[in-house]
Order: sequence, then C-alpha cells, then structure tokens
Amino acid sequence: MMKYLFTPRAATYGVALLVLLFLPQFLSPYHLMLMESGLSLAIMALGLNLLLRYTGVLSFGHGAYFAAGAYAVGLLHMYLPDQFTFENAILAAILVSAAVSALFGFVCVRHTRIFFSILTLALAMLLFAVLEKAYHYTGGSDGIRVPIPTFFGYEFEGMRRFQFLIGPYYYVVVGIFAAATVTMLAVVNSPFGKALQGTRDNELRAEMIGIRVKRYRWYAFVISGTFSGLSGGVWSFVNGHITPEISNWVFSGEIVYMVLLGGFMIFEGPIIGALLFTYLRLYAVAMTEYWMLIIGATLIFLVLALPGGVTGGLYSLFSRLKPKRVS
Amino acid sequence: MVLIYTLNGLYFSAFLFLTSLGLSIILGVMGILNLAHGSLYAIGGFVGAYLIGMMAQSPMPVTLIVAVLGAVTASGAVGFVLETTLIKHMYRRALEYQLLITFGILMLIEDSIKLVFGGESRYASAPFDAMGSIDIMGHTYSTYFLFVMAAALFAGLLIWWVMAKTRLGIMLRAIEMDREMAQAMGIPMRSLTIAAFVMGSAFAGLAGVLVVPTTPAVMGMGMDPLIMAFIVVVIGGLGSLRGALLGSIIVGLTRSFTVTYFAELEMPLLFLIAVVILIIRPEGLFGQK
Amino acid sequence: MLRVDHLNKSFGRFMVIHDVSFSVEENEVVALLGPNGAGKTTMVNLISGHLRPDAGQILLGDRDITGAPAHVRIALGIARNFQITQLFEELTVLDNVRNCIFSVEGRSGRFFKPAGFYEQSTSEAMEILKTFHLDPFAGELAQGLSEGDKKILDTAMAFALKAKFLLLDEPTSGVATSDKFKVMDTIITAIQERGTATLIIEHDMDIVAEYTHRVMVLAEGHILADGASAEVMADKQVKETLFGVSD
Repeated sequence: MMKYLFTPRAATYGVALLVLLFLPQFLSPYHLMLMESGLSLAIMALGLNLLLRYTGVLSFGHGAYFAAGAYAVGLLHMYLPDQFTFENAILAAILVSAAVSALFGFVCVRHTRIFFSILTLALAMLLFAVLEKAYHYTGGSDGIRVPIPTFFGYEFEGMRRFQFLIGPYYYVVVGIFAAATVTMLAVVNSPFGKALQGTRDNELRAEMIGIRVKRYRWYAFVISGTFSGLSGGVWSFVNGHITPEISNWVFSGEIVYMVLLGGFMIFEGPIIGALLFTYLRLYAVAMTEYWMLIIGATLIFLVLALPGGVTGGLYSLFSRLKPKRVS
Repeated sequence: MVLIYTLNGLYFSAFLFLTSLGLSIILGVMGILNLAHGSLYAIGGFVGAYLIGMMAQSPMPVTLIVAVLGAVTASGAVGFVLETTLIKHMYRRALEYQLLITFGILMLIEDSIKLVFGGESRYASAPFDAMGSIDIMGHTYSTYFLFVMAAALFAGLLIWWVMAKTRLGIMLRAIEMDREMAQAMGIPMRSLTIAAFVMGSAFAGLAGVLVVPTTPAVMGMGMDPLIMAFIVVVIGGLGSLRGALLGSIIVGLTRSFTVTYFAELEMPLLFLIAVVILIIRPEGLFGQK
Repeated sequence: MLRVDHLNKSFGRFMVIHDVSFSVEENEVVALLGPNGAGKTTMVNLISGHLRPDAGQILLGDRDITGAPAHVRIALGIARNFQITQLFEELTVLDNVRNCIFSVEGRSGRFFKPAGFYEQSTSEAMEILKTFHLDPFAGELAQGLSEGDKKILDTAMAFALKAKFLLLDEPTSGVATSDKFKVMDTIITAIQERGTATLIIEHDMDIVAEYTHRVMVLAEGHILADGASAEVMADKQVKETLFGVSD
C-alpha cells in the first residue's frame, strides 16, 4: 500500500487536490461555478472512458445515464419532498442510473461494436422521447427545478442559492470528484480492470482463459453508467434545473467529444477534457451561435490529426524532447 | 379504416425503405456506419424545400422534378465530398474513429444547414396540395402519399436491377461479400466505394425531399430517420435488400397502427420489436451471420 | 485424464474427423502428428470447445464435456495455446500471465483492489515468467516482444491456467532453431513438475523424438497410428504419410 503513496502520480494528485481546494481564493464566483460544472462532468467522462479506453467500446448515448441520475434527483424532489436530502438524492441518482444502465447495457453488450454504438445512441434517444412525452410525470420539456437540499440534516438557512453554490457546495463537489477519481483508478488497475483490457485486446484469448467477455462488458457498462448517474446527480444542483435535453444525442456527443479532446489514452485525459470543454464552450458560445460547427470541426480535426487528444499530444511532444535512453 | 392505416403505414415504410437502403448499402459495401446519414436526409429536405419555395410560380411537375433532382444531387455531392476528403482516411483505422468522425460530420452538417438556410423551419406543401386527393373505398386519400410509395417502389426496383443485372451492381456485391477477394480480382475499389457512398447519400436525400411537402424541414430532422433506419437495418438484417424492404414494412405498419391507438408508445414499441428480434436472431431476419 | 471416443466432425460434406478415439493420461506427453489438412487444428478446437463434434464423446476425467461451452471446459481444467499467437498486446507481459492466474483463482471479477496488491498472484505470475525466461520483460508491453518470445508467452499463459489437460499447438513454431530445444526443455520441465496431461501438435521430428512418450498420427481424419514414439516413427506407413517417403 505504501509504495503506491509515494509515486509521481500520487504526488501529482495531492498537488492537484490542494490546488482545487484553494481555488476559491483565486477564482471569481462565476468561474468557480464553471469549475463545479466541469468537475461533475469529469466524473461522467471518466465513466465513459472506462468503456472506451479500457473496454474498447464506444457509447454514443451516455447522456441517458446522466439523465437517469439527474432525474432521480429531480423526481425525488417532486414526489418525496420530505425525503429530499442530499444523501438520499445522491443515493437515488446512483441506484436509478445503475438500474437503467444495467437494463440498457444488457441489450447493448450482446452485439458487435458497430451495433453496440448505435444501440446506445438509440436507447438514449428513447429515454429522451419518454422524458419529453411523459409531461405529467416529468415536466416534459420544461423540466424540473432542483433546489438546494438539506445535508445530513443541516439546512443552509438563510443562505441564498448562489452563495451556497460558491461556498460549501464547491467543496462537496471536489470531495465527490476526488472519491470518484480514486475509485475509478482502483477499478481500472484491479484484476477486473486488467481482465477488461484483456477483452479489449483479444476477445478470443480472453474467452480462452476463462473470462466471460460479454458479462464483463456488462459489468463495465453498469459501472460506467453509475458514474454518469452520479455525475448527473451532482450536476443537477449546480444547474438548478434539469430538462430532457441531457438525454439527447447532442449532449451525449459532447461527452464523447470531451473525452477525445482531453485524450482517452491516459487515465486523467477525460478529466482534462471535461474541464477544457466547459471553458471552451463558454468562450465559443459567446463568440458564435454555431457551437456544433465548432465541435464537429474540431472533433474531425482531433480524429484525423490528434487522436490522442490534448494529453496525447503533450505526451508525444514530451517524449520527443526527452533524451533517448540507451538500454 | 384498416385500409387507410395500412396505406399510411406503407407510406411511412416508403421513407424508411429509402433511408435504410442508403444506410445498408454504405454499411454493407464499406463497412462504415455513417452516423451522418440523417444529415444527408436533412440536406435533401432543406434543398428540396428551398427549391419548391423558389419555384412557386412554375407548374407542379416541373417544380417537383427540379426539387427532387436538386435535392438528390445536393446530397449526393455532399456525400462525394465527404468520402473523398474525410471518410477515406477511416477505412484502416479502428471502428471507433469511424464512428467519431461521422459523428463530427453530423454536427458539422447540422450547423452548416443552419448557416446556409437559417435556423427556421421551411414549409413546402405546394406539391402535396397540387396533387389533391383521390377516393379510395369511400375515404379521401391524398394522392401525394401514393406518389411517394410509387417513387420508393421505383427506387427499390432500380436498385434491385442495378445490383442484379449491371456490372456495377455485381462488383458492389462482390465487395460486400469478400473485400479482399474483390480487391485481388482487380475491382476498382476506390471508384466503387465512392459510388456506393454517393448512392447511399443520394437515397437519403431523396427521402428528405419527398418528406418536406408533408412535414416542414426543421433543424434536427435527420435524427429520428437515422435511428429508425438503423432499426430497420437491424430487423431486416445487414446488407439485405429484402431485409430492408421487409423491415421497413414491419416498422411502418407497426408505427401506423400504434400511433392511432397509443401515440406515446410509438418509439418504445419499435425498439421493443427490434430488441426482441435482436435477442432471438442477432443477425436480423435476412442477414448473414 | 482426457478421453475422446468415436469423434466425428464434418464441415459441409467434407468429413474432417472420422471416428477418432484416443486418450491422454496424467504425466503423459503425447504428440499429434499429421500432414497439413489432416485435421489436427480441428481436433484441438474440438477439445477446447471452439467447435462441437457431430458425434462422439469427450471426457475429462469422469466428466462428459462434449456439450460444454469453452469457458466451462477452461474452468474444468483444459488450457490451450494458439498457433497464431493470441496475446493481450497492450498489457504488460506480467499482466498477460497474471490475468490467467486471476482467472483460474476466480479473482478476475474483483474490482476494488489494484492488481498489484494481490501479492500471491503476482509472485506466482513472476515465477512462471522466470520458468519461461521471460522475467526480464515483465514490465514491457506484450506487443514489444520478439515473435519467438511472443510464442513463449502464449504457451506460458496456457501453462498459468494450471490445467489438468494442456493443448499445445506448435509451441515452437516461429522460435529460432537454436532456441527450440531450450524452449521445449522449459515447457516440458514445467509440465513434468505438475504432471499435466499434454497433447502437442508438432512438425519438428527431433522435438517429437526427444520430448514425447507417445505419438499419434492423424491422416485424413483417421488415427493412423498410436503408440510409443520410437516405434511409430519407424513405421513405414507413417513415414510415407508424413514425409511421402517410400523405401
């Protein structure tokens, strides 16, 4: 155990955590909220990358599980307002998204990669249609408002929503983000994670050493979906309002985009991607109304020229600058 | 009444057939799932709507012909450009990259349409109105619907003839069956791949232009057809003409009957059918394993 | 240990395996010889569960595994390597072997502790790497190995599954001639230590002569000969079938 604490990675994580904790001293409230948004999306990006990088399958419909988590929170508030505490909300988000991803995932993993990808998209659109049409239950396209809940019995009396968000909630988000990152790191390096990568590299061999490939993919799908649901739950408070749009193909595409942008080859890439994306979108939307054009064009550019994303690009740059070791 | 529902179902099937045909050709010959297929449908729709609007003063047959030719050419041309500039790089890359790049193209085209045509919906009901209606067993039925079905039938026959009787078709089928072998036999892969992509795109565009007289061209109009076309391909089986036909009919009729009775259940029911078929027979009704 | 009874397999109208019966016991190392197209690889696939026979029985110990899917057979103790190496290319050499150990110990599903924390499994994997002289490469990605080393790794992985019955499909093909004996030494020593029943498909007659107790010759789907290596290899008919030699 100790040897893992004294590695460069652990040190970097420690520094990053400290930086995050001290950011409120330096950033404006607006940017702080952006960070919260970015960090919550980063959790989902990590989830997606479990499938993309470590399992070798691409999901174009991860918005569905994000929506499952967010709507679990929203619907909890709508139908069980007495039970609407932060703990319950997050728990609901995790359970509901786990259930939805278990169901959807079961259908999807039975198929080869092409069908898998478009089935994920189709299922997300299905959820989108259901959320929109079930107006009486889900508020339809108007969505649901998500207010600040109590936290373990503590009510933030008198604090305005905005103050809460840039105050205590920031630390909550950082905490959950940190926990999620460490959990995903453990999963990816666990025997399960290694087996999963085995199925990615060589499905045949994996079967021949006794690994049930489809079943493991399903497990990965559920873990991935749960991360997305957690992300949705955390995010719903930041946004204060949820609509069916988050299950739409556009948002799911944006998730894929941020993973690719940050670089899906290294573990931390999606996190960087999520943060970059949040800022990128801010500036792009301010400059032009053709946001999809920009994502589309840059996505194409990334695929053609820089498939490793930002971190991949930096990595190859760095390795080119390092003097070659003679072995 | 059942007859009307059936006809409505077949009308919807006609569109499904045209779009899924395109998707199936591209998927079968090139092995690429083109996520931007719906965008080409949308291009056909917007170009068609634009032309119909421009030609408001001309006689109907002329308007229709110009609109159809314009839309088909536009989507075919865009398909050509896409293949030769972007898609051709993806054949050797991993599948994920193919999906990613077509997804990027999807978003690019979506906003490009907004850029060129403005973000507003376009109505083009002139052809629909001009064709009036005929009397079928006591019910009034719009002639336009019948026209669309005829057009789809014609397209289907055309494709069947091309695939079965022409050299082009035989070569395409060869590629579909065994890519390496086809290459070894000296078949001009590049030209045929481009041809397949252009054909697929043109069919999508045709579907798009045929739909705008009845429903306005709106942003995001390509998404549902893409997914529906996919469901059809899944049900009918990959690379099968009969499969696309049968799948379209099944989906079309199902939709028609459920929309009347359970409007909300339309999509879920279609998905359910697709899922059940996928569980029982993963390669679809007519696909090869 | 492994017994095959009256096995039949056809592909379309072409009967590839025709009424084949044999058995391989513990501590036996048996070679399966035959000209190309005789059906050797089909035989391997039938035993490992990749293919189902049209008729006949396959027994592992007392158990009838004829209808069992591949993963069940692996769980019961059958392991194989691959003629065309099948590795987890983007994982390290250590991970490749360790994955096998995790699988056999039923630990593949553990998703909370990092793999490196499983000290026993890791050291077992390292032991196997040492046995096969791959330990210097433990931390390298599998795709970086030489072709010969990849072959060895493939075999090491099959070995790591602690099988009761081991199927080796040309374990030294692709290995440099100067290394072939060294590799076989390693493999056979490891096998003999455990007493695993082993069936090897091999083309190299020197290897067969040196390392196997028994030889079976498969020709056009039939077993032509089955007996002690020296005798079988001296048999005229066998020599004709294998080498096209007639005295």
